[in-house]
Amino acid sequence: MFKDIIIGKYVPGDSPLHRLNPTVKLIFTILYVAALFMADSPISYMIFSLYTLTLILVSGVPIKVILKGIRPMLWIFIFTAVLNVFMTPGEELWSVAVFSFSLKITKEGVTAGAVMTIRLLYLIIGTSLLTLTTSPLQLTDGIEKLLSPLNKIKVPSHEIAMMMTIAIRFIPTLAEETDKLMKAQTARGADFETGNIIKRAKAMLPLLIPLLISAFRRADELAEAMEARCYTGGKKRTRMKESRFTGLDGAACVIFFLACALLAAAEYWI
Amino acid sequence: MIKTENLCYTYQAGTPFERCALRDVNLEIPDGSLTAIIGHTGSGKSTLIQHFNALIKPTSGRILIDGTDINADAANVKLARRTVGLVFQYPEHQLFEETVYRDIAFGPRNMGLFEEETDRRVRDAAALVGLDEKYFNRSPFELSGGQKRRAAIAGVLAMKPKALILDEPTAGLDPKGRDDILSIIKRLHEQYSDMIIIFVSHSMEDVAKTAENVIVMNDGRVEAEGSAERIFSQGENLRKIGLDVPQITMLTDALRKAGFTLPDNIYTVSGAADAIARFLGGGGGV
Amino acid sequence: MIETQKLSFAYRADDNARENVLKEINLKIDKGSFTAVLGRNGSGKSTLAKHFNAILLPSGGKVYVNGMDTSDGKNTFRIRQSAGMVFQNPDNQMVAASVEDEVAFAPENLGVDPKEIRRRVDECLETVGMTKFALSAPSNLSGGQKQRVAIAAVLAMNSEILILDESTAMLDPKGRREVIETIKRLNSEKGITVVLITHRMDEAAEAQRAVVIDNGEIVLDGAPGDVFCRVEELKSLGLDVPQVTLLAYELGKRGIEINKSVLTVDECFAELIKKASEVGI
Repeated sequence: MFKDIIIGKYVPGDSPLHRLNPTVKLIFTILYVAALFMADSPISYMIFSLYTLTLILVSGVPIKVILKGIRPMLWIFIFTAVLNVFMTPGEELWSVAVFSFSLKITKEGVTAGAVMTIRLLYLIIGTSLLTLTTSPLQLTDGIEKLLSPLNKIKVPSHEIAMMMTIAIRFIPTLAEETDKLMKAQTARGADFETGNIIKRAKAMLPLLIPLLISAFRRADELAEAMEARCYTGGKKRTRMKESRFTGLDGAACVIFFLACALLAAAEYWI
Repeated sequence: MIKTENLCYTYQAGTPFERCALRDVNLEIPDGSLTAIIGHTGSGKSTLIQHFNALIKPTSGRILIDGTDINADAANVKLARRTVGLVFQYPEHQLFEETVYRDIAFGPRNMGLFEEETDRRVRDAAALVGLDEKYFNRSPFELSGGQKRRAAIAGVLAMKPKALILDEPTAGLDPKGRDDILSIIKRLHEQYSDMIIIFVSHSMEDVAKTAENVIVMNDGRVEAEGSAERIFSQGENLRKIGLDVPQITMLTDALRKAGFTLPDNIYTVSGAADAIARFLGGGGGV
Repeated sequence: MIETQKLSFAYRADDNARENVLKEINLKIDKGSFTAVLGRNGSGKSTLAKHFNAILLPSGGKVYVNGMDTSDGKNTFRIRQSAGMVFQNPDNQMVAASVEDEVAFAPENLGVDPKEIRRRVDECLETVGMTKFALSAPSNLSGGQKQRVAIAAVLAMNSEILILDESTAMLDPKGRREVIETIKRLNSEKGITVVLITHRMDEAAEAQRAVVIDNGEIVLDGAPGDVFCRVEELKSLGLDVPQVTLLAYELGKRGIEINKSVLTVDECFAELIKKASEVGI
């Protein structure tokens, strides 16, 4: 059951979005999210819709995959919408008394609910487009580059990226191990399938100990194997695959900043 | 008796990754037998044994234990898990309790047995695998590699299974550790005259030394089955499906072709030494 | 070349619990040779191997790798580069999420130029026959394939010495064969010095020299044939001998004398045919 989890959900491809420098993609995504939460006017959201839709089409990732990614988040959308609709004070549209408590829907609430839901939706689509078109390795590389200016204030950018790479590398190994442990304990009468959540969570406890012990053992051996291959951290290290800033990245920057300008115009002048 | 009827299993059926792991497996493993399953990685042997205690459900076909379909309903599944004890590969990595005693007692406690009965079973199981009671209050993680593996096997034996299945019980052990485990298997076979013991192995030499019956798996099918004598007399066929045949089998095959008259049931070194000595001694008139 | 002089080692330095895992070992491993170090679990064979690339440092005595003293910290990286080590568990020594990144890891650490890394990665993957898996994830490989990648990952440092620390112990027969064939080829074609740590006699039989370690000391040392014919000694050390060597020994007990240092089926077959013609069959 644990073997089926897909982390990062990378969809291999050769679209312009796939070929974009990961650092550039990361920066764009961060700015996109920031802009999303600053934008206010309906026209801005139209620009966002247009921009996001274009990205999806350019990425070549099937819409179905994206919708599937959104589905598990559905209850969060509903929760956010409901919360905003009922909790925002303002001009009353409709109200109902529940016991001594009155629930009311306000005009401001409806707007806030709609805005928050749209923001969340685009937030998820935007960030998943990043992971869908960037392999985990490229992503860590991008993060390392992005954090590298922070080296000056002692942020270990290389170490953070290395930890992420190793984590990604070990997910399938540990998932397989969990699967095996579950089977071994099921064979000894442990029950993971029936009972309420508490009972099931309790049954999972004995899995954690051998998993942790093996994770420590693996970490120990891995450290030795890395040292045996002259690993000393990020200093003086070179990379076989250096991500370069290409013409494509330049073009993407132009398009991105045009979209930003358009957004700014929509916010201030309309 | 464990019986399989037209057992088939397909991984990830209905997806592009579909892979057939077992194809039409029909087996009968009688009570009191000591059987080895051999085959190279991916031949389906691990998948097969996980069917025997309903950890994997067949895509089609049935598994019967003493005539009952183990997957017929939830109660049967539960029963199968108790009747058939399965020891996985590297079981020492699966220990988890605070003490060796509690780890061995995990199975019996899950069965809801009384404390006295659990206690008796833990002690019996530890004795069977030759694990001294002085280790009972230690953490299983303080034991040596060989002791850990014994403790893990005891954990399954404490459930008093009718059938004991071990997936590569000697993997990664040195010759001494391997011989210890194989002698535990033999001892169990002698002491429990109706227990079914099945072990999976890559090592034909271990199999030749230990098992009475052999099942050869290849590409999800039963390639051959029969007594160890019979299987090892077909060295050529075993090599054809990529198995490592013991040196003795290869040698006696070659000698027979070169005109040595040797009986065809030789598969141990001492057996071969006797037969060759008899042939050379008799023929040469020494 | 590796040389140890009166090498002793104890894991814990506290006075009472001090028990030497290695006891004054003197061993010289020649350049271009293929040596197997054989011993049961806890014999000290792995501890010895870890001294060959400065993962462990001697408590007493010296270890020299290509003339460099391992206890001198300045030499550590040059030693690790020239004596590469492959470990036991194939899953626990891989860092990267793809095969080619794994092989690139060591030269990246050494600050090699990216173009040169690319060249080495391609060459080393070719050498171990894993070129077509360059972009695969390690989790999709078999045990034998993973260990071949681990060998390539070490060769990418341009190592002259390859140390395999029980690297076959967790593999199936096919995987073991893959690894043994790869290292034999590296030894004969590329002149790489190979040190194979193992408890399997069939693997040690493939080497040019077998060194048997027990209780931290060298107990037997010589050509595999000469080592394995000492059946009684090996048995008392908890080790196996090849079946045909055992057969030659058993035949001797039954009054039929053939060369006791046979290791392979072919050698034993030839001996028995010779014997048969001697006795006139």
